[in-house]
Amino acid sequence: MIYDQARWTEDDERYEPLLSEKEAETVETDSPLPADLTRDELTLPGPSEPELARHYTRLSQMNYGVESGPFPLGSCTMKYNPKFTEDLAAHPAASVHPDRDPSTVQGTLAVMHGLQEQLAAIGGMDAVTLQPPAGAAGELTGILVAKRYHESRDDERSEVIVPDSAHGTNFASAAMAGYDVVSIPAAEDGRVDLEALEAALSEETAALMLTNPNTLGLFERDIERIAEMVHDVGGLLYYDGANLNALLGRARPGDMGFDVMHYNVHKTFATPHGGGGPGAGPVGVVSELAEFLPRPHVRATDGGYELYDPERSIGKVHGYLGNWLVLVKTYAYIRRLGDEGLADASAKAVLNANYLASQVEYEVPYGPFHHEFVASAGDQDAADVAKKMLDHGVHPPTTKWPETVHEALMTEPTEVESKRSLDQLAEAFNAVVGESEESLAEAPKRTAAGRIDQASAARNPRLSWQALEPEE
Amino acid sequence: MRRGSPYAPHTSAETAAMLSAIGVESEEDLFDIPDAVRFEGTFGIEATGERELREAVGRMLDRNEDLTEFLGRGQHSHYVPSVVDHLSDRSEFLTSYTQYQPEVAQGFLQSLFEYQSLLVELTGLPIANCSMYDAATALGEAATLALRVRETSGHRVLVPEEIQEGRRAVLENYVVGSDLAVESYPMADGNVDTEALAELVDEDTVMVYAESPTVRGAIEESPAAIGGLAHDHEALFVLGSDVVSLSVLQRPSDVGADVVVGDASLGLPTAYGMGLGLFACRERYLRQVPGRLVGASEDATGRRAYTLTLQTREQHIRRERATSNICTNQAWVALRAAMHAFSLGPDGLQGLANDCVRYADELAARLDDIAGVQAPTDSRHHLREFPVRTDQPAKAVADDLRDAGFAVHTLDEHLLQVCVTETNYDAVDAFVAAFEEAAR
Repeated sequence: MIYDQARWTEDDERYEPLLSEKEAETVETDSPLPADLTRDELTLPGPSEPELARHYTRLSQMNYGVESGPFPLGSCTMKYNPKFTEDLAAHPAASVHPDRDPSTVQGTLAVMHGLQEQLAAIGGMDAVTLQPPAGAAGELTGILVAKRYHESRDDERSEVIVPDSAHGTNFASAAMAGYDVVSIPAAEDGRVDLEALEAALSEETAALMLTNPNTLGLFERDIERIAEMVHDVGGLLYYDGANLNALLGRARPGDMGFDVMHYNVHKTFATPHGGGGPGAGPVGVVSELAEFLPRPHVRATDGGYELYDPERSIGKVHGYLGNWLVLVKTYAYIRRLGDEGLADASAKAVLNANYLASQVEYEVPYGPFHHEFVASAGDQDAADVAKKMLDHGVHPPTTKWPETVHEALMTEPTEVESKRSLDQLAEAFNAVVGESEESLAEAPKRTAAGRIDQASAARNPRLSWQALEPEE
Repeated sequence: MRRGSPYAPHTSAETAAMLSAIGVESEEDLFDIPDAVRFEGTFGIEATGERELREAVGRMLDRNEDLTEFLGRGQHSHYVPSVVDHLSDRSEFLTSYTQYQPEVAQGFLQSLFEYQSLLVELTGLPIANCSMYDAATALGEAATLALRVRETSGHRVLVPEEIQEGRRAVLENYVVGSDLAVESYPMADGNVDTEALAELVDEDTVMVYAESPTVRGAIEESPAAIGGLAHDHEALFVLGSDVVSLSVLQRPSDVGADVVVGDASLGLPTAYGMGLGLFACRERYLRQVPGRLVGASEDATGRRAYTLTLQTREQHIRRERATSNICTNQAWVALRAAMHAFSLGPDGLQGLANDCVRYADELAARLDDIAGVQAPTDSRHHLREFPVRTDQPAKAVADDLRDAGFAVHTLDEHLLQVCVTETNYDAVDAFVAAFEEAAR
């Protein structure tokens, strides 16, 4: 069975037209406000509801989601999202204004407190804030907490160490917090090079940011030693939660010596990623750091919940308390699975990664793998391989990253793929092995659009329908 | 009940076949974790069936008191048409990822391109990104953009003294890594005190931020003068607003705004503060814009197609030199906001804004008629909300209103704030009656 993606063609120049090309109305502004405070006119499409429904239905058919087929983007952990959590997020009582008196929103606070407790248990942390609205916002929060901790001890430090294979957000978040970023290379076995780490550590080290398992899917077996080394110079150990899905119920960042971590709820806890968000990036800390968490924080009282400001809070990283509707879904998902379900999710995610790695004919260095592996496309271009895989009805892996693997195909099937769909993925990989450059260059053909010229999009940016050339 | 993830589809026969293909005995053999850090405990979380869980979490949420909210201060309740829920919930949108493979993501990319275009029309600024987390983080990003694009080494960011608390607090954190300092300028009668601002702006100022409507709902009457003060000192003029307001107010580009930030106020209910950060700016800042941009291009057949573009600004390429650390944004909320705006059309969107102006006028007049109550407390035009002065202590009035089923803001000892839109307008009669009782 091969998947052909729908394409909706209006004429030879374009697929489903922009709404503005179907219909745009200009209305002159007529307002109770004085004319000198108002604009003259407004031009927007004003489609009827049936037209609007067809437009977006067609666009949805030109889009690939987890329910369209396998979505093994490495490090992104694209899992099936249970439907019932959407119903809970849509519960009328979930929609309250953020400035409500806390005593009148005890339901919301009960869910938030419950999620704080769940995440603390899962991560082996002592306190958790739900405020960061995404993983990178969680990183910034965690690094600001580390910074405030050092400052509170009159111990200003200037550097954050990040392995060169880490997510780009680690570097950016550390820089936003004002740190110089010190990058360290990996050792030959793909793990942290202890000698390089030793050389990078100093009295200036505020933190080491680490993903475990790392981006090659490898568990950092020396984690105890790494934690000791970082702590010995007075630094903190930061856990990037991107790969936590591999460890649920098997190992906890807190037990490994991490002091601060973020959770990617749309990865580990199957909340929908929504084509690029909203996500949520809760941050967990050990008890020594709890007083620095963002304000306000939720805590239990006798028979209820309240908001309070931690004593030496870093302040805020979101205007209110974060992406609440995402948090409801996360809370419900975790309760649905419970201890055994969470542990099984990791077991099946790891099983799937290792099984798929064993079936793929591309070279797969290193191993054994936790929930992802990185294959090498060898003398093929990984980006071309990805385009060809689209024609086999699957979403391709992450390409060309981490850079430590030549023409990397970073693959994470997650636990939601069956053996049958893993076999389909392996077939897609293997069908591309040995394909010529010319053949790859013609792909994809079964997708809504053919190969897109990304270079010209950057050279000649047209970022709105107003910037498109007028139709001739 | 099956003891495992309900969303992992493996039969035991499949699991056995896969283990055998890998060449290991059990799943546990695949976990390469040293004994010293292996977790042997439990989380104490009991698996729960879907039916029981829907009931249990529903019961938890029902602990929220059912109050009619007259709350605003930058978070506004507008009715979201059902068509928005149904279309945005299509799984191809909801369960997709960031559009790294544009050929299979044309639907979302085009939707985001349309969202960017909506902001371009509303702001008059040619560049809009496809979302920030919320108004507060968008403001933080505007400050770091100002620092990058300004050639002098200034360090002052000026914001109004009356600002939603979270916006200022987030801004303070976004500038932690630079030498920027956030300072306040005074307000006068609900608008920017331009004379005082003129005294404060200097060569050391990189950005002047103003809002219209302000946090108290007043429409700023001299945005061009504020922009002029900023530009006289080569500072950026950053204007805060929202989609509904922008549909009727002067175009930010016409009053000299360099950047527009804000919250959409469309597409979502008041989801305990979950928002959608707007970000639009002038062409000359294109390569310094934070966040994702969708651009039009062509595919191999020469047809128009869309792709994420100018990614060399972003952290996965530029790492610590990226324009921002933002990666996951609020794409699905942006999709919903665009759907909401287009479902209203230009007439409907302006009609909504104009209704809110009339509702606020009417409610203010009715409250002002109550003895011991003054509303609004300034002489400005208002959109949706306004401050109310009460002779009685504000907290006591708010408590009485709550007992009568209404939520309002308490600003200080004798100052309240109320917000009215189409979602609570039906309750205005009852609200005014309760207010009269409470303010007595």
